[in-house]
Amino acid sequence: MYTELFDLVSFSEARERVLYKTSRDVRSALDRSHSGKHLSFDEYLSLISPSADPYLEEIAELTLEWTKRRFGNTILLYMPMYLSNECRSSCVYCGFSYENKIPRKTLKEEEIHAESKVLYEKGIRHVLILTGEEYSITNLEYLCSAVRILKSYFDSVSIEIYPMETEKYEVLIKEGVEGLVIYQETYDPETYSKYHLRGMKKNMRYRLEAPDRGGRAGFRRIGVGALLGLSDPYGEMFRLGEHAQYLTKEYWRTTIQISLPRMRPAEGEFDLTIPISDREYVRFLFALRLFLPDSGLVQSTRESIRMRNHLAGMPITHMSVESRTDPGGYSGGMELKQFEIEDSRKIPEFVEMLKKKGLDPVFKDFDRAFLEE
Amino acid sequence: MSSQIQQDDLIIAGRRFHSRLFLGTGKFSSGSALKEAIHTSSTEVVTVALRRVDLDSKEDDILTQIDRKSILLLPNTSGARNAEEAIRLARLSRELGGGDWVKLEVTPDPVYLLPDPIETLKAAEILVKEGFHVLPYINADPILCKHLEEAGCATVMPLGSPIGTNQGIKTLANLEIIIEQSKVPVVVDAGLGLPSHAAQAMELGADAVLVNTAIAIAKDPAQVAYAFKLATEAGRISYLHSVTSARPSKKASASSPLTGFLEEETRNVHGAV
Repeated sequence: MYTELFDLVSFSEARERVLYKTSRDVRSALDRSHSGKHLSFDEYLSLISPSADPYLEEIAELTLEWTKRRFGNTILLYMPMYLSNECRSSCVYCGFSYENKIPRKTLKEEEIHAESKVLYEKGIRHVLILTGEEYSITNLEYLCSAVRILKSYFDSVSIEIYPMETEKYEVLIKEGVEGLVIYQETYDPETYSKYHLRGMKKNMRYRLEAPDRGGRAGFRRIGVGALLGLSDPYGEMFRLGEHAQYLTKEYWRTTIQISLPRMRPAEGEFDLTIPISDREYVRFLFALRLFLPDSGLVQSTRESIRMRNHLAGMPITHMSVESRTDPGGYSGGMELKQFEIEDSRKIPEFVEMLKKKGLDPVFKDFDRAFLEE
Repeated sequence: MSSQIQQDDLIIAGRRFHSRLFLGTGKFSSGSALKEAIHTSSTEVVTVALRRVDLDSKEDDILTQIDRKSILLLPNTSGARNAEEAIRLARLSRELGGGDWVKLEVTPDPVYLLPDPIETLKAAEILVKEGFHVLPYINADPILCKHLEEAGCATVMPLGSPIGTNQGIKTLANLEIIIEQSKVPVVVDAGLGLPSHAAQAMELGADAVLVNTAIAIAKDPAQVAYAFKLATEAGRISYLHSVTSARPSKKASASSPLTGFLEEETRNVHGAV
């Protein structure tokens, strides 16, 4: 379990190890990357440190080179589908928090069909389904029946739901789920307990071990991430890099993807976000690319058009587009959204931007035949 | 920074080693030559072919040269042609006081002594279940390494080139993948003929190297053992401190900078939230 590694270094020590890095450490990390080799974990820490900032342009060149070498000129497009905004947990930064008095909704079968038709007609073949943390409503049975519907429209179905036991993940895999996405939100235990007030999500270790359980169950893809803005970014990036590398080695048949969302405005009154500048954010992404060149780097519509245009293909390889974060939003428009998105461009406009950059938008990169027995 | 982080010891199956040079004992001209080589190499792991030693006898020439308090005696199963034979040898070794450590070698081919991946994996799975710390000698096959890791092996020991050939590292591309992917220590075994070969393996990021022939058949084994010790340490330092720049760093292209968009404005997403 990753927690064995996690327990060896405290969050504050992790942060210190990043801030301890000097310009010389950065230089030698870049030299290794130039020589065509992957970075060691320690070198990765150098590149996320503030000492790397003056080298950002050189790091960008390397990032472009490595992304092209491993992914070519392609961007995989996917869309999220919110099945439910019911939630029993109280996460102070989230619009779905139990405390928020918002209308709640869980899609019925015919509504899942309606949402799927809209996405399918847009050309989307990879869908990511999401729920809040309400186990009695969006239980295993509900999820299985949703997946059965989705499978008739999409080639790849991934889940971003509450953490589960290995056996339940195995059931979902059998139903046809390809990927699991589970972001830790924050790897800082102190912040985690401060911002997760009630519900199952309060159990940090249970969440932290979920990717392990998913790996054991046999998902073909697992996505991890930290929600930047909740705690010290250097501690978060140390942990995220460590976690992703651990998973890559431990579950070597599974593709590991990483996402680095930044906090966005949402329902509620959370105003304790730690600012992460664009420059810093980009440096973190570049460092991840040079450290784990084969990991897909995923970016959602939380980011601005300007950022998304520039980061597509360097280092970002997987992007959501035209997203709605409210259940039924594609076919109905309920305005129950989890958070505000920044990039609301429609698929044709987005695809045109990618093509102008010389990038090939990929709508299908998986086939159900892999999962059929 | 804690001292724990700064230390650079090699840890295998919970045991700590300062030296990253393992020594094989076959082919030495005498027990005293072996003893001198052990001393000058500063090795802490010495492999011994089970078929060659009499663990029951205190008079055994090889065993008397090894201080088992400071050095790990690592029995190996060389000569085994399949999993069954290797398992039998390992069990025998344990019965005779050889301990729980075993270097697993299954080499059905008597000419090149290339390891059998299928039989090695089969034997490793059984020996791990029986409580052995298994260090398997294998071809440089990255997928096999992951299977052995999953079986619970304490290390993987891919070859640099066929055993006894002194050709150095001919499996470079695969070794790089193995080192990058491995969760357990990677010990480059076989084919290292010169200290520079050991240095190269360590520069690649191997956790340790095993040398036998190149030292054992040298004119002065003690001096060559010392050279391998220095080379192993030099390679390790080079790896840790990235003296690896194979080409000069590129200069940033001023005409179309890739990060220029960041200067357009300093946007703080969160301050405004």
